[in-house]
Amino acid sequence: MSTTLAEFLWLPMDTQIVLVGALCAVSCALLGVFLVLRRMSMMGDAISHAVLPGLAGAFLITVWLQGCARSIHALPPWLSSLVDIDPRSGPIMMLGAALVGVLTALFTEWIHRATNVDEGASMGVVFTILFALGLILLRRAADGVDLDPDCVLNGEIARAPLDVVRIAGIETPRAALSLSAVLALNAAFVTLFYKELKISSFDPQLATTLGINAGAMHYALMVLVAITTVMSFESVGSILVIAMLIVPPATAHLLTDRLGTMIVVSAALAVACAVGGHLAAIVVPGMLGYPGVSTSTAGMMGVVSGALFFVVMLLAPRHGVLSRALRRAGLHVNIVREDIIALLYRIDERGLPSSHRPAAPSAIRRAIRAPRWSGWLALASLRSNRWVERRGTHYHLTALGRDRAAQIVRSHRLWETYLDRHIAVPSDHLHGPAEQLEHVTTPALLDELAESVENPPRDPHGSVIPPAASRTAAPTAPDPDASPRPTPRRDVPPDNRR
Amino acid sequence: MIPDHPPAPPDFAAAAAPPPRAPLMPAQRGGAPLAALSAAATGDEHPASAPLSIHDMTVAYHRKPVLWDIDYDAPAEKLIGIVGPNGAGKSTLLKAVLNLVPKASGRVTIFGQPFARQRRRVGYVPQRESVDWNFPVSVFDVVLMGRYGRVGWCRPVSRSHRAVALDALQRVGLTDLRNRQISQLSGGQQQRVFLARALAQDASVYLMDEPFASVDAATEKAIVAVLHELRARGRTVLVVHHDLQTVPEYFDHVLLLNTRVVASGPTRDVFTIENLRRTYGGRLTLLEEAAHAMARGAQAR
Repeated sequence: MSTTLAEFLWLPMDTQIVLVGALCAVSCALLGVFLVLRRMSMMGDAISHAVLPGLAGAFLITVWLQGCARSIHALPPWLSSLVDIDPRSGPIMMLGAALVGVLTALFTEWIHRATNVDEGASMGVVFTILFALGLILLRRAADGVDLDPDCVLNGEIARAPLDVVRIAGIETPRAALSLSAVLALNAAFVTLFYKELKISSFDPQLATTLGINAGAMHYALMVLVAITTVMSFESVGSILVIAMLIVPPATAHLLTDRLGTMIVVSAALAVACAVGGHLAAIVVPGMLGYPGVSTSTAGMMGVVSGALFFVVMLLAPRHGVLSRALRRAGLHVNIVREDIIALLYRIDERGLPSSHRPAAPSAIRRAIRAPRWSGWLALASLRSNRWVERRGTHYHLTALGRDRAAQIVRSHRLWETYLDRHIAVPSDHLHGPAEQLEHVTTPALLDELAESVENPPRDPHGSVIPPAASRTAAPTAPDPDASPRPTPRRDVPPDNRR
Repeated sequence: MIPDHPPAPPDFAAAAAPPPRAPLMPAQRGGAPLAALSAAATGDEHPASAPLSIHDMTVAYHRKPVLWDIDYDAPAEKLIGIVGPNGAGKSTLLKAVLNLVPKASGRVTIFGQPFARQRRRVGYVPQRESVDWNFPVSVFDVVLMGRYGRVGWCRPVSRSHRAVALDALQRVGLTDLRNRQISQLSGGQQQRVFLARALAQDASVYLMDEPFASVDAATEKAIVAVLHELRARGRTVLVVHHDLQTVPEYFDHVLLLNTRVVASGPTRDVFTIENLRRTYGGRLTLLEEAAHAMARGAQAR
């Protein structure tokens, strides 16, 4: 059923729309990676607005030049063919846009340098003024001929299938042809100058001292952003351009920490946005109860890119919100686990009869002051690791668990000794810092620590410091009910944690 | 931070007699005769063979001079400390030499020729804070960037360049971390990455901007070892340095800077309390003077 439904719903027109959307999205994402990494994401936004006077200016100047040329009677043949060029044709618009792209970048930097106005603000000043100027010029141009402001700014991707050419018998939208050229240009730029883009984005000063002109790379990037923007405007509209310049690269940056991978992932995400956005544009209105109503496809592609970003923000393996929370929780549970076995070790050390052992689950949780969930998780994990076993209502360390616990207690007591000797922390303030340090002490650090305090037998409170791991001969496993051990030291507070 | 075993105080007699020079890169041959010619033609008082000559250089930001009439010849095959108070123009001096900031007047020559023609002979270690460490590159990628100037535009990086970068990583002891993303390193390790990148440049003159700033003891030792190795190979290293106490221990020569050159020359002659007071104006505190006296005492012993 689904295939027939798909055949029914998916027309060649849909393929064409997705093709145009994907070409545009990938072209933008390739350049966007470097905008995002250079912390100038808003430059895409600025240039996409600022190109307007470039377009209008290029149009007006072309029309004026053609007018002048027509008034000359004896034109050389190559010139007369130029006279008949449509002033709205691609190359002319691209020229105007490229010029303004460079001007935007130049003005922004100049204002920023000359006045100490912050870069974002100077960018805002430049592009709003250029945009306003463009609107005026466009109005002037529109008086004479049909250069429609709506069409320049708000191209509609859904209209792409209306303007097609036949290539090898396949109907191809004209927009797909021009955007393929743009994509080829951008891909060639990023591939050929990969190394130069990398170094001039990461460390422009070093690049310059090595003879790789970081400024030239910057302006080349701006020119390409401007050209991409202009070529996309007419077919897909400005919103998609601005979204695709920033959102897929920002998403990819959360997923990877290699530049090459980031570029490939950005491009893949851009394609996913184009496909997903068009599907959503078909499906979502129906789901909301408006069957047959079409919505803005370009808008929906932008929305899908945003949705993808938030999903990745939550779920990304290293930088994601969720995985970070999980990692934090994991660390927390590990600390609780170590606290529990250290507690049991200290109880064993005091040799209390089993009736007096405060080793019931509730007592343990109280003693280590852990939240219920982490206490439960830690106990469960300790039991499954066979570090701790339950006899009746009480928990006991296994031989394995006791070895591990001895190292934590050793770490704790060595740190107390160290703090006492070298930093002269008052003896009633030793426990807190030692409690934190014991959980982050690696075996190597522990050895170094023991050496620096000359392997003392006892800590400042008089407790025996357990021996190092390799020499741990099954520590005096006290049988709780057998001969009671020497009386507890008087300086041990009742919380069992020294 | 004081290492557990402080390196022995430099032996000045040994430093004065230059160690056998390591074979130079092919690019470095042929530079000297040309430079000698040009110096002869202009009647310049600066020795044409100096690794770095600064001629009457002035640098200004917004019309306020940061460096004023700097005239300096760096001696060859020495470790040179650039010392001065905050805002003395130490970093600016390096950047002006590298054409990263415009000079109001004066000129700079590297082995007698302008920097633009000697790029390969100059290595640069910028301050650690000058880049974004979240940038998606590995340690090895960053070190490999030191080779980019030799690779050429639009060319892939060849295997021999990779080998040089790997060797540089090994010299600073970071081979095991080569595939880490650079934000996952400690500050000291990041500083060593920059050092390795400069080593990969395989230059004759090195300019280092505060490589010792807030690094751990292990990194400090590693940097000192690399500096000594560079000197032994006949390289000249200029280091912007903040810690007055370690200056006599680390550097053969010093350049005392406070907008102008206050003094320059061998450390034992120039690094005196009078010169320091002139460099720092009233800003040299009693504690710093005491530290200086201690360092001198340690050296005398």
